[in-house]
Amino acid sequence: MIVSGVDSESKGATRGEGGVTSGALELEFRGVEKRYPGRREAAIPGLSLTVPAGEVCVLVGPSGSGKTTAMRLINRMIPLTGGDILLGGRSVLERDPTELRREIGYVIQQVGLFPHHTVQDNIATVPRLLGWSRERIEARVREMLELISLDPAEVAGRYPHQLSGGQRQRIGVARALAADPPLLLMDEPFGAIDPINRASLQEGFLALQRQVRKTVVFVTHDIDEAIKLGDRIAILREGGVLAQYAPPAEILDHPADDFVAEFVGADRALKRLGLATLAELELPPLNGDHPAGDVPVTMNVRDALAAVLAAGGRPLRVVGTDGAVHGLATLEAIGAVLRDEGPATVTSA
Amino acid sequence: MNLPFAAGGPVIPNFGSAHQYSCERANGLFCWGWFRQNWAGTLWPALRQHVILVLIAVVAGFLISLGLALLAHRYRRVEQPAIVFTSFLYTIPALAFFELLLGVPGLGLNRPTAEIPLVSYTLLILFRNNLTGLRSVPVDVLDAARGMGMSRRQLLWRVELPLALPAIIAGLRIATVSTVALATLAALIDNEGLGAPILSAINDSYFKTELIAAGGLAVLLAVGADGLLVAAQRLLTPWARRRVA
Repeated sequence: MIVSGVDSESKGATRGEGGVTSGALELEFRGVEKRYPGRREAAIPGLSLTVPAGEVCVLVGPSGSGKTTAMRLINRMIPLTGGDILLGGRSVLERDPTELRREIGYVIQQVGLFPHHTVQDNIATVPRLLGWSRERIEARVREMLELISLDPAEVAGRYPHQLSGGQRQRIGVARALAADPPLLLMDEPFGAIDPINRASLQEGFLALQRQVRKTVVFVTHDIDEAIKLGDRIAILREGGVLAQYAPPAEILDHPADDFVAEFVGADRALKRLGLATLAELELPPLNGDHPAGDVPVTMNVRDALAAVLAAGGRPLRVVGTDGAVHGLATLEAIGAVLRDEGPATVTSA
Repeated sequence: MNLPFAAGGPVIPNFGSAHQYSCERANGLFCWGWFRQNWAGTLWPALRQHVILVLIAVVAGFLISLGLALLAHRYRRVEQPAIVFTSFLYTIPALAFFELLLGVPGLGLNRPTAEIPLVSYTLLILFRNNLTGLRSVPVDVLDAARGMGMSRRQLLWRVELPLALPAIIAGLRIATVSTVALATLAALIDNEGLGAPILSAINDSYFKTELIAAGGLAVLLAVGADGLLVAAQRLLTPWARRRVA
């Protein structure tokens, strides 16, 4: 990733590692209500939650739970009917909607790239609306393409129809980040992508987020995606009611009620294992046993369990990247992950 | 009608040799000699007038229909009345329309009067295509554009109109080609354009060169104008070219 002085003049709370970003803002839903005229029930009857600056909040729930509605209230694509939404402590209702939207990155499932604009013109959309100079825009476009690991020389001049679905989705994210917004809204961005490419886009998103550290509101109906990507997950039930808002591990360890338990699935214990790696476990020493094989210490515990089961339940030797032996992956050691979680180690917001 | 072209036939200058009029004497179907001699004095001016007639009609028709389409795009209730109105204009028989205007008091026998029916006939196809184009913009593109903070005006100029161009130009092609043909009737009103030599030739039941020349020029003009519009579309919408596999 290149480091450039493009944003040197912009002020921000925190700076990312690479200089492509100037910070994030806290987002707060304060008693947010959405009613549609002619309908007795509110789509969202009163939602309060806070997303700390730089964290990924995943809104997840079945259809009719109002997750997309809640997201679109933030940038006023849908008008609020009650309560308030604050971005960096400032009400979005005080802002001119078009100005507000230029400060909030926006990614949707169908991407919505402009078919008549080249990749570079697509990425330059918001910087142009903001009246940046030509040189600054050009530099920024290059920077964004490098951020999403695409070669500017190869793709900058292409039209969207000349790209693969995965490339289009990444460019959609680059376009949303181009003006360095403190908040990014993503509405099922990987929903239309096949499973293999989706996994790689999710990895790409996590790597990107580690660099840019934006506040992100991510909507999905896929609980596995929520667990994988979210720093916090807001589970909404039908009728727009918040069922639980907590980090993934806490939701899996302590579902707030039967709805959440059912929504996260009967395999929530397995999902919980997927959140930890072998490095985090207390492993029994080798003690002259004969392990059935080796697993890397970076492997997540869920995959390690699968490996142990595949070995007929016999322990496997855990090996570091440097070749050092960390101990044995046994069924007992793995099961301890779930037992250790006793009373909540993380508190709900 | 007193048409100067037809009065006594073309004046043929004497270039010396007599056999150059053999085609005319033999009443050939198409006499190149006649064509060459009447190009500068008759056919070329008529062609130029024709181009202007068509240009004014298509440009005026396009502006009116685009305005209507933008209104209908924003206010759905405008669409139905606009379709009824433009369809009504389109159903008036062309010959009757031109002849009717000859009798309307206050309308001179001039170019503006001749443009009335020409513009009227372009409206239906242009309105429909413009509106179809504006409505063809994918909803996800509109959503993304609004979500990134485009104002209504920016949305129109930067997204909706550019993406409507293929449909708009398709409409312009049909309107232009049909107006080239129709504009020959304008000669009934103000005696200009390629219709003038055609009308004079119709009065001559034997000599067909003038009719074929003027009609042929109209066809060539239509084909040429269509080609120009195709080229314009390729230039303006490079993104719409199919991907080369």
